[in-house]
Amino acid sequence: MNPFVGDQLANLHRLAPEVVLSVFGILVMIADPFVGAARKRVLGWVAFAGAVLALASVHIANHFPGPAYSDLIRVDSFSMFAHVIILVAVALAILGSLDYLDQQHIQRGEYYALVLFAAAGMGILAGANELVTAFVGLEMSSIASYVLVGFRRRSPASNEASLKYFLLGSFATAFFLYGVAMIYGATGTTRIDAVQAALEKIITADQHEPALAVLSLALIFVGLGFKVVVAPFQVYAPDVYEGAPTPVTALLASAPKAATFALMIRIFYVAFSPLTGLWFWLICVVAVLTMLVGNLAALVQTNVKRMLAYSSIAHAGYILVAFAASTSLGVAAVLFYLAAYIFMKVGAFLIVTHLGQQDEKRVSIQDYSGLASKQPVVAACFSLFLLSLLGLPATGGFLGKFFAFQSALIVQRRSLTLLVVIAAINSVIGAYYYLRVIITMYFQAPSRDYTPSRVAPAVAIALAIAAAGTLYLGILPSRVLDLAQAAADSLFSH
Amino acid sequence: MGTNPYLLTVITFLPLLSVAALLMLRSDDHVWIRRIALAASLAEFAVSLLLLRGFSSTNPEYQFTEYRAWIGDAIHYHLGVDGISLFLVLLTTFLTPIAILCSWESIRENVKGFFVSLLVIETAMIGVFVSLDLFLFFVFWELTLIPMYFMIGMWGHERRIYAAVKFILYTMFGSILMLVAILWLYGKAGTFDLPDILSLMQSGQLSFPPRTELLMFGAFFLAFAIKVPLFPLHTWLPDAHTEAPTAGSVILAGVMLKLGTYGILRFCLPLFPEAAHRMAQPIAVLAIIGIVYGALVATVQTDLKRLVAYTSVSHLGFVVLGIFAFNTTAIQGAIYQMLNHGVSTGALFLGVGMLYDRRHTHEIKEYGGLATPMPILMSFFLFIALSSLALPPLNGFIGEFLILIGTFQSHHAWASWAASGAVLSAIYLLWAYQRVALGEVTVEKNKTLPDASIRERVILVTMAVAIIFMGIASPLFTRRMEASVNNIIEQTSAPRNASRPAAVPLARPIAGHVVTLPAHPVLATLAEKQVRP
Repeated sequence: MNPFVGDQLANLHRLAPEVVLSVFGILVMIADPFVGAARKRVLGWVAFAGAVLALASVHIANHFPGPAYSDLIRVDSFSMFAHVIILVAVALAILGSLDYLDQQHIQRGEYYALVLFAAAGMGILAGANELVTAFVGLEMSSIASYVLVGFRRRSPASNEASLKYFLLGSFATAFFLYGVAMIYGATGTTRIDAVQAALEKIITADQHEPALAVLSLALIFVGLGFKVVVAPFQVYAPDVYEGAPTPVTALLASAPKAATFALMIRIFYVAFSPLTGLWFWLICVVAVLTMLVGNLAALVQTNVKRMLAYSSIAHAGYILVAFAASTSLGVAAVLFYLAAYIFMKVGAFLIVTHLGQQDEKRVSIQDYSGLASKQPVVAACFSLFLLSLLGLPATGGFLGKFFAFQSALIVQRRSLTLLVVIAAINSVIGAYYYLRVIITMYFQAPSRDYTPSRVAPAVAIALAIAAAGTLYLGILPSRVLDLAQAAADSLFSH
Repeated sequence: MGTNPYLLTVITFLPLLSVAALLMLRSDDHVWIRRIALAASLAEFAVSLLLLRGFSSTNPEYQFTEYRAWIGDAIHYHLGVDGISLFLVLLTTFLTPIAILCSWESIRENVKGFFVSLLVIETAMIGVFVSLDLFLFFVFWELTLIPMYFMIGMWGHERRIYAAVKFILYTMFGSILMLVAILWLYGKAGTFDLPDILSLMQSGQLSFPPRTELLMFGAFFLAFAIKVPLFPLHTWLPDAHTEAPTAGSVILAGVMLKLGTYGILRFCLPLFPEAAHRMAQPIAVLAIIGIVYGALVATVQTDLKRLVAYTSVSHLGFVVLGIFAFNTTAIQGAIYQMLNHGVSTGALFLGVGMLYDRRHTHEIKEYGGLATPMPILMSFFLFIALSSLALPPLNGFIGEFLILIGTFQSHHAWASWAASGAVLSAIYLLWAYQRVALGEVTVEKNKTLPDASIRERVILVTMAVAIIFMGIASPLFTRRMEASVNNIIEQTSAPRNASRPAAVPLARPIAGHVVTLPAHPVLATLAEKQVRP
């Protein structure tokens, strides 16, 4: 075979998950006009099939490790691990959307197409080895999510959220782009590993960090910090998470976070590794701020979606604790945390989806009173997710925190030890608001005026998967932990 | 017949298995839920008795050990019991069927959830006692919280939500810092395995600078002290006890508080011996304050259940004091006192619960002269109160006495102060009994109260038998503890500390005498003291 063609074929294989996602996205778009309004649900199942196939095709990509398309994309264990996390979250979110869209009377094909395109963008983010490619991935996932957030067209809250997200998100991506321009100015390249080599050369020659690179570090951190929602860039998140359709919130709170963290690890641990001394402090300070803001604000929320939004901010803070460790163990801990996090977070938001009712009327914590006596299984599942978010043993959330703290403490550095103590105290603050929901569900008398609808089969499947994942990662984490460690090592082996 | 190599796993997870069985029942099938829960807990007790048969009392090491890889290279599924945890496991399996029996009629709502919680707690508590891996220990430690939280919050009394939240936040705060300390320890030792860490320390490969050791000790101790609870960290306890349903109080007082004292004994002492010695004085002072303060506050309570709750503060103060006296007699006494407290205070809560089932109040002034309508119940109540206030030859006496004697060997002042607590306990318990049981029946409603039912008599007789048995057969217990206790003391007064071991050889023969002459420990000790100088 012609070597060029062979090369292109290999590249296509390396991009298999993105290809599958895009093809199914286009398929949904094309099929949309031909499917009657009453049967749009079928498109949802097509999209779900796409997500599952993409998940399977990760296996294909995994057989072609290495650089793709002139090293714009890297296929390594790290990228594959991130892909699996993202795709599981996307698949669960699609399952949660099917009945929700019917209930809100917004069942449309483009919804699913957008979800798939966003997922493809996130996949690119996770694998990008070049900053402009990363930017393309960032925009792909962002622009699709702007539309998704505003998908409840008749709801002012949803519109407001969409606009807010769009304006602030555009700013953030602009920051990222500026950062990329600066680093190009400083090093003459935008390839992540080349940036690292160039920076090292410059630093050994000049004996100090180039100002442009430092500026670029800050700008890129703003752009990515906005996406993973860390303080002080968190202001938009509660409003957007509250206004967005709940399955979209489930998606926003999980998959883009995982994808962006993956990119952030690649940029900070590889490209900016010569500047570790600088960003270490940046991450520490931001981690403390993020945990405090997230947890303290969550304490006073009465709306479940807002409460979970602040909780996801707090969780970004815990992830940063492992991030700050600046070791391969820390990367593994971040990846494991993300794996545990998507199950519990998507699970929690799917429960909110299920209980929301038409126009999302039932989203205040008080609406959940006495849920345990009406739908004991739903209440038990929600408790499981909340306890996992809280970090109780035998759940994935606990081990996520455990490995995060462990990776930071093992460095035996005083600042990191202090950071872990702050994180630990924060998780006790967090206990209060998670337990408050459990109190409402179990200890309070049921509200009479409202009976939640039956759990739809698709939602039940999604919840079962999320619950099983949470417990599996909490009790038998060895396998996933090994994969996370292998993924982290692959990042450093180039 | 050799012992089953999986005995501890079976004992730990049998309750959880019965939970699975319970979950399969219809939730309105109350009769069978109760029966199965009771049968499961009785079977569990029977299985746990097998431990006694295979246990070698001369072996100070862990027995029935199980060791399997779990997560990565560092975390293992490592179980084992020694003379210290053995009886605490038995206490747990003994009290659980009692707790189930006492909830037979008083729990009417969500019966399934209640018994599921109770059995999950049993698994978690046994897990804490048998774990030899710090990670595994922490998992079980935290798992005890949630079911107890539900138990207080769902089946408790008026202020149950407040009490449940207070209980869980307090304990979580302590344990999260312990988690950090455990991780930090791992960073130093490279393993979570307790025996491995101890042997690393013994061989000198692992040591901590004094300041760090103190911090680590503090992190562990805070978690345990909150659980015990040690004054001034006790404020969650009266609320939790008062608001919990009877079974919750029995389990909470009977076993859960011992998780704290057990933790101190198992982890704080051997892992951080020097810090333990350095902090012994202030901790003993807190323990003594707890003894006296708990007793005084109990005296002035108007709520019967709250009164019993404060007695726990006082009695657990004795246990902590005994532990920090660092000699065999005192520590044996401390362990024995843990068991006694579990039985006696458990029984007191059972009695209070029986009164509550009849009148739905804990106010002492609502009672009075109850001995007239309920002679049987009230005689048992008196008997239990006497056991709790340490009347010889009942169980409470042995524990308190061993603690006081052991403490006296090394610290006269501590023992003298603590002894006042023994006097005060007589005051508050007898006075409470007088107000509840003696005199004329003051409230009209009380005249027609039914006496103890068959079920209640079964419970009360069982507890009374346990009280008498532990009072006269203490050698059966202390003999099995001795080797392990000496082992702990040896680890604690490890090579570096030469200032204190003098107390140990003096104390040992005394414990031996108590062992041979259980009915007259006073004489034995006096004789010993006459001989020694």
